[in-house]
Amino acid sequence: MIDLVPVLVVLPLIGAATLIIFGKRIGEPWSGWVASALVGVGFVIAAGLTVPLISGTTESESIQLFTWIPGLGVEASLLWDPLASFMALIVTGVGFLIHVYAVGYMHGDERYGRFFGYMNLFIASMLILVLADNFAVMFVGWELVGLSSYLLISFWFIRPAAAAAGKKAFIVNRIGDWGFLVGLMLIFAAFGTFNYGTVFDEAPTVLSEGTATAITLLLFVGAVGKSAQIPLYVWLPDAMEGPTPVSALIHAATMVTAGIYMIARSAVLYELAPATLVVVATVGAATAFYAATLAMGQRDIKRVLAYSTISQLGYMVMAVGVTAFTAGLFHLMTHAFFKALLFLGAGAVIHSLAGEQDMFRMGGLRKLMPVTFWTMVVAWLAIAGVVPLSGFWSKDEILAAAFAHGPYFIVLWAVGVAAALLTAFYMTRLMLLTFGGEGRWPDGVEPEEAPTLMTVPLVILAVLAAIAGIWNTPWRLGLEHFLEPSFEGVTQQQPPEGQAVVGLALIALVATVMGIFGAWSRYNKAIPAERSGFWKAALNGYGIDELYGKYAVAPGRAIAGWTATVLDQNVIDGLVNSVGRGVKSFGVSMSDTQTGWVRWYGAIMVAGTFAVLLWLLLSGGLF
Amino acid sequence: MILTAGWYMALAAVLFSIGAAGVLVRRNALVMFMSIELMLNAVNLTFVAAGSEMGLIEGQVAALFVIVVAAAEVTIGLAILVAVFRRRSTANVDELAALKG
Repeated sequence: MIDLVPVLVVLPLIGAATLIIFGKRIGEPWSGWVASALVGVGFVIAAGLTVPLISGTTESESIQLFTWIPGLGVEASLLWDPLASFMALIVTGVGFLIHVYAVGYMHGDERYGRFFGYMNLFIASMLILVLADNFAVMFVGWELVGLSSYLLISFWFIRPAAAAAGKKAFIVNRIGDWGFLVGLMLIFAAFGTFNYGTVFDEAPTVLSEGTATAITLLLFVGAVGKSAQIPLYVWLPDAMEGPTPVSALIHAATMVTAGIYMIARSAVLYELAPATLVVVATVGAATAFYAATLAMGQRDIKRVLAYSTISQLGYMVMAVGVTAFTAGLFHLMTHAFFKALLFLGAGAVIHSLAGEQDMFRMGGLRKLMPVTFWTMVVAWLAIAGVVPLSGFWSKDEILAAAFAHGPYFIVLWAVGVAAALLTAFYMTRLMLLTFGGEGRWPDGVEPEEAPTLMTVPLVILAVLAAIAGIWNTPWRLGLEHFLEPSFEGVTQQQPPEGQAVVGLALIALVATVMGIFGAWSRYNKAIPAERSGFWKAALNGYGIDELYGKYAVAPGRAIAGWTATVLDQNVIDGLVNSVGRGVKSFGVSMSDTQTGWVRWYGAIMVAGTFAVLLWLLLSGGLF
Repeated sequence: MILTAGWYMALAAVLFSIGAAGVLVRRNALVMFMSIELMLNAVNLTFVAAGSEMGLIEGQVAALFVIVVAAAEVTIGLAILVAVFRRRSTANVDELAALKG
């Protein structure tokens, strides 16, 4: 039974290989169905394998595949434990729904088959990442995720913006990967192995606090890149240039959750480094608030959702920063449901408006697209944190845990509550601008409901987004018990007991309601222009891109230009050329000896013979 | 007077020097070939003389090898010479300097 775990990875890999090579021949819609089926089968297998974990008959199992790097003792091995199964279920489950949706969404695309090849590659990479049994294999998945995101974001590479966005995502992620890689090297230096089991068992005895802080901080740099936290979040909004299913996949099921998963997996290490945890929690809270303010000012529906993802990831990072790992993972799951739903809904809207993404040219779609509208309503209420939808439970657990963690963290809690208010505001703004009021779309566009193939995943996700909260309520900690074996030896921050948690929930709820009503009163009657002041600044992302462009990209280009012209063309090429010139001029000078006269050659031979004879005689070798 | 090996060696040295001088001095390829033959046979003479002096058969064996190789060499050499002569109407090696560097 457990031997099926590698199959989970192999299935989408086969799909990726087949569809990338033969995608054109298989064509539409079969390549889409093949890709979806492979991910769907993966989900069924993952679900089947999760049963013994729930019933408690197995706690965790490691599957050795082969020795990968014998010199370092690195095994290619997979781990099947509650945390891995939890992530695998989200990746394959949400991934499957997005695949099915994409079968409809990508209809008519020139490179239909290849698209699904890349999608399967993405799923396979993410599964390698979450199913790895050591940091080396995790790193393989980590890098593959970066590659697949690059391929998918710049899928429509004919558009310069898409090509640039793919490049940006890849490069920004590389900066994070640098930290991750150095962190891994430190782990190897300290433990002599990458194996989770050994590292986590020996960590409390082997690691000094300083080493633990260094390792965890470097790993966190990786998480900041992958999970789009301040200051490396800039790639995520631009990643919207990819097809909408890709955005949904990146934001919900794969990629950005990698950082959260990695921190949760390394929980033992993080608990040894309190200083890192403060940094993690602070970055998370700051990102949650900061990205929410940016989301308020966006006009492009997908960019609102992108900043919203960054903000929600901030919550998750804050959760793991206050050692409430389960709460972070819980939010990861609920967020996967409602954010996938929001993206797919937004995709349906964009689809029906012939590619229009500006919310100020939408509106009035409530009646025309009822299924999309109502499923989006569920997602809106869930992300805003309205009782009893999933987002309320998961976000509240994070905020409560932060509140209980200590005096400093109460500040972070307050920031989180403020971010919740803003979340409710920008999501209400999105809903009202998109679905409310009168239609503002250009003439000639006739919006209609998306095809069934696209609405079915919406409905399923809506159901999940609505009810997913029941898996971990304060009265019934299902998820926490399930994940317990993966967090053995980790002290998790619990929300405060009794009255306090209800009070905190009420405060968060009040913030949500305030946000909703604030947006309602602002956008329900008339549409404000929002062309100046804060709105303009937020729309431009506070000019951070320009700032990075000026202080990071421009110097980088200058250095690259300098190495290309001065260093490469003059120094390196100069060296090579002068060696060539030297040999050539030596050859030219020696060519004078080649007179072409046979008798000259003969004379030299005779002279040479005499020289050798003379040398032998003088050195005494002959007599 | 008894002819010792030294005499043969001296004769061989004289023949070899004449041959070498011929190769270096003469311009006619045919004469150069004959000079080379002279050098080769001078070497043969040393082989045979040394072999007889030391009571070894190898001297004669080496001489036979040299004769065979010399025959092959002359064949190829004369073939080239004929080909060159047909093209250039000359056997003067100093005029055949097209491969000058």
